[in-house]
Amino acid sequence: MPIKINKETCVGCGACVSQCPFGALSLVDNCAFVEETKCKFCGKCATVCPCEAITVVKEEMEAKDDLGSYKDIWVFAEQKKGQVAGVSFELLAKARELASQKPNTVWAVVLHDGSNAAICDELIKKGADKVLSVSAPELKDFDDLTYSNVLYRLAKERKPEIILCGATTIGRALMPRVAVMLKTGLTADCTQLHIDPETGLLIQTRPAFGGNIMARIRCQNTRPQMATVRHKVFAEMEPDASRSGEVEAVPFNKEDLSLRSKVLEVVENIGEQVKLTDANIIVSGGRGMKGPENFALLKELAEALGGAVGASRAAVDAGWIPYAHQVGQTGKTVCPKVYIACGISGQIQHLVGMQSSDVIVAINKDPECPMMKIANYAICGDLFEIIPLIIKELKK
Amino acid sequence: MNIIVTIKQVPDAANVRINPETKTLVREGVESMMNPLDAYALEEAVRLKEKLGGKVTVVCMGPPMAEAVLREAISLGADEAVLLSDRAVAGSDTLATSYALSQTIKKIGDYDLILGGKQAIDGDTAQVGPGIAVNLDIPQVTCVRKVRECADGKMVVERMTEEGYDVVEVTLPAVVTVVKEINEPRIASLKGKMAAKRAQIKVMTAADIEADLTRLGLKGSPTNVVEIFSPDARQGGVKIEGAPEEQAKSLVTALKEAQLL
Repeated sequence: MPIKINKETCVGCGACVSQCPFGALSLVDNCAFVEETKCKFCGKCATVCPCEAITVVKEEMEAKDDLGSYKDIWVFAEQKKGQVAGVSFELLAKARELASQKPNTVWAVVLHDGSNAAICDELIKKGADKVLSVSAPELKDFDDLTYSNVLYRLAKERKPEIILCGATTIGRALMPRVAVMLKTGLTADCTQLHIDPETGLLIQTRPAFGGNIMARIRCQNTRPQMATVRHKVFAEMEPDASRSGEVEAVPFNKEDLSLRSKVLEVVENIGEQVKLTDANIIVSGGRGMKGPENFALLKELAEALGGAVGASRAAVDAGWIPYAHQVGQTGKTVCPKVYIACGISGQIQHLVGMQSSDVIVAINKDPECPMMKIANYAICGDLFEIIPLIIKELKK
Repeated sequence: MNIIVTIKQVPDAANVRINPETKTLVREGVESMMNPLDAYALEEAVRLKEKLGGKVTVVCMGPPMAEAVLREAISLGADEAVLLSDRAVAGSDTLATSYALSQTIKKIGDYDLILGGKQAIDGDTAQVGPGIAVNLDIPQVTCVRKVRECADGKMVVERMTEEGYDVVEVTLPAVVTVVKEINEPRIASLKGKMAAKRAQIKVMTAADIEADLTRLGLKGSPTNVVEIFSPDARQGGVKIEGAPEEQAKSLVTALKEAQLL
């Protein structure tokens, strides 16, 4: 067993019990007891035990013997209709920073149909040293199997040390497949990345338990080290026209084409509205909006701010606004620069979806509700009176 | 149409709190529940069975107490339940978990479709569904908001995207993960509750699923947690007081000054 408690030396002080982040320890007959199903083997208990009664036997995967042969940082450049997702550019900028801490080059890998001839150039101007471009009509739309076959083949042959990808619908379908095919580790939905100066490993920080706990994760014994990363946590580079780089066109291998799934139609029905995940500003409404007709007011505010409209589960469940707008545990996770919560009390399930926003504004008639307590700017009052005034103020 | 639904038992996050002094999770009084997104997968499976015939088998990996969510699933219309429970799987990351669950599914056999929630609300990885698909060498569609058709060994579904949705045709068997929009789960009937009480939950061990022990638990997990910490709790900020006109003006000024607008 990975955690051993020496009953002879344990004095039953309970220091470990109060320090366990997962509530896995308790005192039984005046001796520490670990509940294995709750234990995440983080080892915090061993470090706080005053009598060294706890030992963590670090069982781990055997290290592969070719770890040294992996190099370079890859960013999967997600494209739709030839347009690269914002988060891919954000990751190129972050990859440049990581590459400066450890001599490495930054590669962008793009799978596309070639309709945007400028795509590779754009990736170089925004941070890539090299672009691997696989272009074929079959790669126009994302297909889980075909895309993962292509990326797997490239990674297997060329051995990148790190692969980063946006935590988008595509990224979170594609990367888990590639990681399992490569039999390596993948950390989902990271919000911080850095290189450990001692080991040179990529340390991946991500929220767990709905953001109540942050975990730093590493992948020591297999390569590549892979992570999907939340949008908007890193800033993209200004395009630098003086940057130059190499573009390698890799032919599409027909063996990688899967016919077991096929996109029949791509429907973009959110229209002219700003996408929630791309928005710098989100105006969100909850139960306090009182009815579907009042979301027009939020839309007006969002338009005045150049932002998107979000909603709490209560508003979505009441049928006031489609599910695509729902922020929170069973909806989307967002981290805009400004989140304006209108008539949202701030239940934990909603907070976990937006609490990493840079600035939170709450407008609510209840000054004691959780959202008002965590807001950077809390406005107590009638939102139907205040929002039109804000719109007026913005239009001045 | 035989459908397998993967279910996870998770802590009810609504009650997970941080002890402000020790900055650790307070688990006391926190109940365990069926991962909410898995409930939508189960409902979709039961609806497909009601339309097309066949059976629904729920499968869960967890400690013996996870039996509770499997019984709940039976009360909601599942026919059979399998619990993979073994100390050897403790500490598994998503690579090891997808391997363990795919071995269990191989053992159950005879399936046309595997359904699950988009992700679990404790780990939030969304990686196990695709991992199972790779291990079983079958196709996948994630984040499905609607099943349009299901016939002749094929399914047409709508995958939710950032811009709207994609209509995807997939050959069965396949792994499909679902979002909340797909349906409105039913409430357990009295008959369902009775069935849940009587149900035999089949418990499998690592030996039963013929797993390679080096691919389970910490040994089978390439990722490990090096540090756990509490995020800085958000501190409240400024209360903007005054008449509504002043409040509106102060807010816009503050946001402009902070260069947020």
